[in-house]
Amino acid sequence: MDTILKISNLTKNYYNTQALKGIDLEVERGKILGLLGPNGSGKTTLMKIIAGILKPTSGEVLIEDKKPGIYTKQIVSYLPDVNPLYKWMRVKDAVNFFKDFYNDFDEEKAKSNLDFMELKENQKVSSLSKGMLERLLLALFLSRNAKLYVLDEPLGGVDPSARDKIIDTIIKNINEGSSMIISTHIISDIEKVFDEVAFISEGKIILKENAEELRAKKGKSIDEIFREVYANV
Amino acid sequence: MKIEFDEKRPIYLQIMKAIKQEIATANLKGGDKLPSVREMAEILKVNPNTVQRAYQELEREQITYTQRGMGTFITNDVQKLKSLKKEMATELVTSFVNEIKNLGFSSDEIIEIVKESLEREVK
Repeated sequence: MDTILKISNLTKNYYNTQALKGIDLEVERGKILGLLGPNGSGKTTLMKIIAGILKPTSGEVLIEDKKPGIYTKQIVSYLPDVNPLYKWMRVKDAVNFFKDFYNDFDEEKAKSNLDFMELKENQKVSSLSKGMLERLLLALFLSRNAKLYVLDEPLGGVDPSARDKIIDTIIKNINEGSSMIISTHIISDIEKVFDEVAFISEGKIILKENAEELRAKKGKSIDEIFREVYANV
Repeated sequence: MKIEFDEKRPIYLQIMKAIKQEIATANLKGGDKLPSVREMAEILKVNPNTVQRAYQELEREQITYTQRGMGTFITNDVQKLKSLKKEMATELVTSFVNEIKNLGFSSDEIIEIVKESLEREVK
């Protein structure tokens, strides 16, 4: 098995609270993992550690056999849950910003992603609606030729009609050698994109399985299983 | 091709079934090329790995074949296509028979009902 990400017994404490309580998780190359859990379950903390923005309290995270750091930041494209762009920027400035910042930024890909998202070069970042800003960020982070994409709530704050566009863009940008981790608590529209799903609750992974096998075994959609699991938590 | 997925069941099986249906209704014919895995994934809005799995299973069932660098094609084996159609008919009839038997009809009654229904359709 060709593993791109291997996490063992990972914990993270903030002062007195334990946000992650011993996470074990692996992601294979070329696979897409849905990281599913309600707000406050530890999704964002886990993703920030993978992205190298937060340090673990204990345990190990290996991305292509390396601990999060300078090397892994070059191969991990992390879509954060906050806007990293400056207010004065126009869309084209944001593109240049990414080009300067990331060696693996693919301008052609960015052009086609922005076109598809119906974003114009001269639009001001500060004038974009929440949904359009989300689209812009996703278009930019997916335009890196990364090995691992870590997308924190790409459907957050987007109305249902715009979800399709985001999901289409994610599918378009899937490539064989790369993996993705997508966190969400909105599952119904995006569940067909996942190879595997991991359910996280109170800082622990409570279930991880192949999405198709889970459907076959339970005769239920991932969305239904999610609702069931979290009704009992 | 458009599929209304039932997310309670494995997606790859539903893709396989949809392609078989296209073949049975002659929308896809022997020798026709299927869209690439990537294209199909974008059309159906599913993970490319899921399409890949459906294509692999179809190939294992010898309904399709792959030509290196060219793509995936529907088999030209007429016998195979015929038996595929038969297989789908059997599947439909089996589920129909099971359901109608649950309603308490005997075999003779079922045949009678089917006959009546077919005659009505002819008129």
